[in-house]
Amino acid sequence: MKQNSQDKNSEDIVEINDLYFSRGTRIIFDGVNLKVKRGKITAVLGPSGAGKTTLLRLIGGQIYPGAGTVKVEGKNIPDLSRDELYQVRRRMGMLFQSGALFSDLNVFENVAFPLREHTLLPDTMIRDLVLMKLQAVGLRGARDLMPSQLSGGMARRVALARALALDPALIMFDEPFAGQDPITMGVLVKLIRLLNDLLNMTTIIVSHDVNETLTIADYVYVIAEGKIIGSGTPQKLVENATGWVKQFIEGLPDGPVPFHYPAVDYTIDLLGISA
Amino acid sequence: MINLIMNRLQALGRSGIDVVQNAGHTSLFLFYSLVGKPDFRYGAQRLIQQLYFVGVLSVLIISVSGLFIGMVLGLQGYTTLVKFGAEQALGQLIALSLVRELGPVVGALLFAGRAGSALTAEIGLMKISEQLSSMEMMGVDPLRRIIAPRFWAGQIAMPILSLIFTCVAIWGGYMVGVQWLGVDEGAFWSNMQASVDFDGDVVNGIIKSIVFGTVVTWIAVYQGVECAPTAEGIGTATTRTVVYSSLAILGLDFFLTAVMFGNT
Repeated sequence: MKQNSQDKNSEDIVEINDLYFSRGTRIIFDGVNLKVKRGKITAVLGPSGAGKTTLLRLIGGQIYPGAGTVKVEGKNIPDLSRDELYQVRRRMGMLFQSGALFSDLNVFENVAFPLREHTLLPDTMIRDLVLMKLQAVGLRGARDLMPSQLSGGMARRVALARALALDPALIMFDEPFAGQDPITMGVLVKLIRLLNDLLNMTTIIVSHDVNETLTIADYVYVIAEGKIIGSGTPQKLVENATGWVKQFIEGLPDGPVPFHYPAVDYTIDLLGISA
Repeated sequence: MINLIMNRLQALGRSGIDVVQNAGHTSLFLFYSLVGKPDFRYGAQRLIQQLYFVGVLSVLIISVSGLFIGMVLGLQGYTTLVKFGAEQALGQLIALSLVRELGPVVGALLFAGRAGSALTAEIGLMKISEQLSSMEMMGVDPLRRIIAPRFWAGQIAMPILSLIFTCVAIWGGYMVGVQWLGVDEGAFWSNMQASVDFDGDVVNGIIKSIVFGTVVTWIAVYQGVECAPTAEGIGTATTRTVVYSSLAILGLDFFLTAVMFGNT
């Protein structure tokens, strides 16, 4: 018990050690070590298909690692029973790339959903709480709209309000900036930073939008090909970037990741001389 | 040579394991979606909502199809029976064929096409748009929250729909046989009343439709949850729902008929 309470107050809310994960013959993670500090915004950058979403699903216990530990608040997720896992998940919020709002419920009911499922609060109190969460993301006036009537950015803000409904300790964002216009992007960046600091939460962002992510993150990990290939504060990461990390952060078309898909020699190919 | 035999054996073993694994998986799926404490606070509301979607919205197609099938039965039955001067037995023919067979079977086939496919598509779309995942991440079991009310709604709606189908069809047969072709009205109804047995025919018909309702909704929700998360995946899953349900209905119907009416 004492051990448990120590873990709850330790500095790292998420601790991943020697994580190994594969899909079929494809290795997604090959010995990943990663720590998320309490109260900070930690970003995980990487190219598409690097397993960023997979990482969030591993933390949420939706999939299990092949080897290694994934500890959230000191508890190793793969060891938990179904009920314990659902208990831990109530302390987490996750924002999916699409928002994942329930299409048969309106905005108000979407945000009220976790409250209705997990608490026995009376309707009047649920109403107050929902309006407070919606006010925080600036959409109190949109409470009666259906998800199909929302723009992509609004849907993400509603999803954010819903993720905040149970006041989670940890909130995870899957590509929060992908495909958003500059205004929405600005709103989201501001909201993520503000809510993290005001509500004393811990935030994990996975993204490939380098600039936005670097402006709000406190600590950044870069993953590619199953390994962490760079980490540090945004400033240090930019200053010390070399090779792959440099190409990724600066968005260079050619470098360690070649522009051309491997092929036979161009001249030989054009002249039709078979190899 | 030995290699070839070993490979064949391996393939046989693999397919056997796959079949057993699949059966176990689907059974566990059904089990998990139904066990667990019912939610009295919002459960009834959700059930009613689903009853509306799978039940009430299917009433129109069920009634219209029932009307035509009854009319065709009346016409076909009359032209055959009249050759033997037995057109008085038309009521009996229509009622027995509907109550025992056509009501539950055709009702279930229509139900699979109308409600089953819609269930699969809806759940499949929820899966694609990560609604099921996000529910899981909120600590809510999607099987219980999404699947259970839909499953029970299908279970309750199916027998009622097949009763509606049967009633409308008998009325259709009456319209054609009595009103149009001139079968004696008294003979039509009294022969029907004398030959249809409540326990033997009506109850067995209802049991059939309950079984079909279970199978169709089970297949529909399972295909929805297990579909590949792409547009193509939903299409395939919806088709599978209709094909598998139809085959299951017809196969089970033979089995149930053999058990219920095989000895008489």
